[in-house]
Amino acid sequence: MKETNEKMPPKGGKMGRPAPNVNIFKTIFRVIGLLLKAYPGLLIFISISILISAVAAAVPDVLIQKIVAIIETWISTGNWQEAVKEITPLIILLIVLYAVTLAAITAYTQLGAILTQGFLNKMRRQMFDKMQNLPIKFFDTNKHGDIMSYYTNDIDALRQLISQSLPTILRAGAVVLAVLGIMLYFSVWMTIVLLAGVVVMVIVSGKVGGGSAKYFIRQQKSIGRTEGFVQEMMNGQKVVKVFNHEEECMEDFDKLNEELCNDCYKAHSYANVLGPIIQNIGNILYVIMAMAGGIFMITSIKNVSLSGMAFGISIVVPFLNMTKQFTGNVNQLSQQINSIVMGAAGAARIFELMDSEPEVDEGYVTLVNAVIDENGNVTESETHTGQWAWKHPHGDGTLTYTPLQGDVRLTEVDFEYEEGKRVLNNISVYAEPGQEVAFVGATGAGKTTITNLINRYYDIADGKIRYDGININKIKKSDLRRSLGIVLQETNLFTGSVMENIRYGKLDATDEECIEAAKLTGADDFITRLPEGYNTILSGNGANLSQGQRQLIAIARAAVADPPVMILDEATSSIDTRTEAIVQRGMDKLMEGRTVFVIAHRLSTVKNSDVIMVLDHGEIIEKGNHEKLIADKGTYYQLYTGAFELE
Amino acid sequence: MVRKLLGSVREYKTPTYLTLVFIVGEAIIETLIPFITANLVNNIRTGIDMNNLVKTGILLVVLAVVSLLFGGAAGFSSSKAASGFAKNLRKDMMTKVQKYSFKNIDKFSSASLVTRLTTDVTNVQMSYMMIIRTAIRSPLMLIFSVTMAFIMGGALSAAFVVVIPVLAVGLILVAKNAMPAFRSVFKKYDKLNESIEENVRAMRVVKGFSREEYEKEKFGNAAGDICKDFTKAERIVALNNPIMNFCMYFNMVFVLFVGSKMAITSQGVKLDVGQISAMLTYGMMVLMSLMMLSFIYVMVTISAESVKRIVEVLDEEPSLSNPENPVMEVKDGSIEFTDVNFKYSSEAKKYALFDIDLKIESGMTVGIIGTTGSSKSSLVQLIPRLYDVSSGSVKVGGRDVREYDIKTLRDSVAMVLQKNIIFSGTIAENLRWGNKEASDEDLKEACKIACADEFIDNFPDGYETKIEQGGTNVSGGQKQRLCIARALLKKPKILILDDSTSAVDTKTDAKIREGFRTYIPETTKIIIAQRIASVMDADMIIVMDNGKISAAGTHKELLETSSIYKEVYEQQTNGGDEDERN
Repeated sequence: MKETNEKMPPKGGKMGRPAPNVNIFKTIFRVIGLLLKAYPGLLIFISISILISAVAAAVPDVLIQKIVAIIETWISTGNWQEAVKEITPLIILLIVLYAVTLAAITAYTQLGAILTQGFLNKMRRQMFDKMQNLPIKFFDTNKHGDIMSYYTNDIDALRQLISQSLPTILRAGAVVLAVLGIMLYFSVWMTIVLLAGVVVMVIVSGKVGGGSAKYFIRQQKSIGRTEGFVQEMMNGQKVVKVFNHEEECMEDFDKLNEELCNDCYKAHSYANVLGPIIQNIGNILYVIMAMAGGIFMITSIKNVSLSGMAFGISIVVPFLNMTKQFTGNVNQLSQQINSIVMGAAGAARIFELMDSEPEVDEGYVTLVNAVIDENGNVTESETHTGQWAWKHPHGDGTLTYTPLQGDVRLTEVDFEYEEGKRVLNNISVYAEPGQEVAFVGATGAGKTTITNLINRYYDIADGKIRYDGININKIKKSDLRRSLGIVLQETNLFTGSVMENIRYGKLDATDEECIEAAKLTGADDFITRLPEGYNTILSGNGANLSQGQRQLIAIARAAVADPPVMILDEATSSIDTRTEAIVQRGMDKLMEGRTVFVIAHRLSTVKNSDVIMVLDHGEIIEKGNHEKLIADKGTYYQLYTGAFELE
Repeated sequence: MVRKLLGSVREYKTPTYLTLVFIVGEAIIETLIPFITANLVNNIRTGIDMNNLVKTGILLVVLAVVSLLFGGAAGFSSSKAASGFAKNLRKDMMTKVQKYSFKNIDKFSSASLVTRLTTDVTNVQMSYMMIIRTAIRSPLMLIFSVTMAFIMGGALSAAFVVVIPVLAVGLILVAKNAMPAFRSVFKKYDKLNESIEENVRAMRVVKGFSREEYEKEKFGNAAGDICKDFTKAERIVALNNPIMNFCMYFNMVFVLFVGSKMAITSQGVKLDVGQISAMLTYGMMVLMSLMMLSFIYVMVTISAESVKRIVEVLDEEPSLSNPENPVMEVKDGSIEFTDVNFKYSSEAKKYALFDIDLKIESGMTVGIIGTTGSSKSSLVQLIPRLYDVSSGSVKVGGRDVREYDIKTLRDSVAMVLQKNIIFSGTIAENLRWGNKEASDEDLKEACKIACADEFIDNFPDGYETKIEQGGTNVSGGQKQRLCIARALLKKPKILILDDSTSAVDTKTDAKIREGFRTYIPETTKIIIAQRIASVMDADMIIVMDNGKISAAGTHKELLETSSIYKEVYEQQTNGGDEDERN
């Protein structure tokens, strides 16, 4: 079990990704702003293409009407020779218009794909870059699944927003505005009637759409519950079999399944019904407009319009066509509601991640290559010398160099993960270069926490930590961490070859150096027996290796980095005695000549430590070497004799 | 494959058929409405007859309402049919998985089963709904509008002869090219997400080695690569739009130009103005329904992958089954292995166990020791018939395990698995997995033997303490003791502990074994352990090496006869002895 998890602030529940308080407009404007910044030319060109296609798509209707009118005039005479003279220019104009539209459509769909994917790629990279700079606390307090959601669900929502919703809004919006203008040109009264109908349409679609959204959220939760159950059962399927528990498992599943089915049914019903409702309101609106037109014509109410035309067929007939176009586009707009809300929520979450506070680093002391002469004078070197020194600029403009030695001192350190919940209390530990300090204690005593503080995964609340006499807060984090090697209890390997995994400790290490490190730590033996040796590709955290083999690679990885101070967090999982002995030998090799902090889960490994710290509830209750602590007959003695449980 | 899948529709056939009926109704009305509206417009054109206008208006409103009713009903019934179908699919898969043997379970990873039961089923559900809503409508509309166009347009409908094949070929080409492009990019995309997950999980390592910049660069390259592929795939799909529009425009121009020539030269005999407008409308309808069909085609291809994965689960034959006339009682806890060879799959090259001959009498305590990979677990898993032997036989209570009713056998053979799991729920609920009817007293007693009573009593809620998913709120040692108590509640004839006390301290470990001796002397106990101390006092200790029994005997005997045993023993004990010597 990971000790750190226990005292961390609680993680969110499975569905614990509350949408941040989304201001839809603000969020969408920010997205547009980012788009404009990333692809100013492309975005403008695409927008213009969309507008052209929208306008160009509306004009042919007029031309078609004209052509029909020409046919009507010439149809009785049958004089094609004359008619064709009038029709041909219109047809040519039509073809030109269509060609323009086609070009515009091709342009904006093709360029749109480039823009969308390019932008998503930018966002992904920005998020990832940002994430690398977030403090460990972020990763300890957020479920990994939730973090992944930024890259999957939220990016998907954003994609939908950029590639579908925004273009639709632009196009349909432009058409709606244009048509509205033309309608006002013809008749204000008729426009008012139509707008009243459209308001009804918008209200109804808002209501139904809102209901659908409500049930979609419920369905989402239901899916989460079912998925959680299935996951647990699939992981425990062998236990289910051993206990003949199949039927009970099915009963529980049936209940969840039934609920999920119900929620799905409601959510999709609402969504399915929206289309027919809007469409038929449109149909009815059409009738109403026809009636209204008729009544206006008969009652000869005075028309109010920009054109000053009186009511007549020339107004009512085009108006009916426009009604269709208008409601059709309002319909298209209303269908974007869901994806706009979802897209904005996704974008808001992405922005939330990008806006979160990065890990602050005010350190100014850096680690440099150094040459140290026989008198102990340190001078900085441009090239790799094998010796290192801390370069410490002072307020008065002077520089001092301190040789890197590996002297680490914690003085009266207090720490809390959450305010008011103290985890470490008044901890003082001195480790001189080359010494080995071991921490022992029950789960939750605070062993891992101490190491979290030394390499500044977390910052202390009170007290001091000094490295070679320098307050670690003054040291640049990357340099501090470079001077500290870690082997964690949970081994994490990366997808790639064994060689690459070892080289992770020192990126410019040659193959020889990596193999050397593996030999030193006893990993070489099994690596050379792998089918492809050092070039064997690992994946899924080294799934094809045994636990012990993974640890050996992690140890070799730390060895190639060759830092003066090592933090070793022993693995808790049980490995057989033989492998354990090999791993232990590797660890011992790694410890030689370094300052080492060991977090021990098995007492056999700490006996040779210079100091053993026994921790209990965040305090050091005993300290001393093995012989002293045994002689004291305190907690350590009881642990050692097996009277207490360590984990 | 699809037929197999559709077998799960069952009681949701009715809403499925209803949907089809409603959709047909809706489609018919939908094609009628343009006629009536045209009528309305003509009415206004030819001078307003309010009476007539109101009549047509009312007819149109009625039609709209009926269409709305049909459409709404179809919306409800289709979602009912699809959600119900999905429910049945999930149920069928779950039922099937419950019938799986260990061998079947090993074949699918648990993560992949979860995806099949959730994401894949959702995909199928969405396609099913989509298909019953449009699969009838689009062809219907297509046939209807093409027929109407030929009736009304005559020679003019020749345009379709050109346009339809062009569009169909265009759309199919796009779909054909886009599908593989998307499939490969989605695979890469999954990989990218996996690498993000890997990075998140290993953040302590990344920061510990100050590798933030390196990780950024690595990710940037991978993401950029995917961006290129994605753009390519999306650009192929984006061709749909221009192709569709080209066909539509071509049709328009053709109908207008050729149509007007036909109409005028024949003085309206061959074609009149109304027919020209109708041709334009039907042209649109034809193209729209073709577009819908191509959309269905894409949906179906996308979900085909999911269908395949679901059917794989449904088609998997459970590798173990109950015999005919099974034996319903296990007489005692004796075990006998005769010439047993075993490998996990028939394709495996290496046997996990070979030449195993072993006799354990009822009530004995047997220890098993050996390195990782020496097949200790494989050996004991044959006893409750979690796997079947490849050859030879395993007898329990004097009968071959394959003769028993599986449930009976497993009720008598309790096994605490190495990879142990407790489920979300209270401690009492978890314990009652062992025996549903167990009283509170029974629970307490089992916990006492397993040395779990003390820490449970220390929890504020005692036996009602909630266990979180994955059992994260109890320590490793506590979890192991709960699992032992759960197994004890079965009151088994044989109890198998597969490395089940590795996280328990030595003193408690000894106490648990002491409890076994006192409370369940009749039960045969088999203990796999890493610690020699856990098996030292057993009646018999088996040393496993590379799938074979390397030695068997008591502690004393083995120190003499087995070098492996001796080596492990010395490794584990020199620490403690050293102190005494000093």
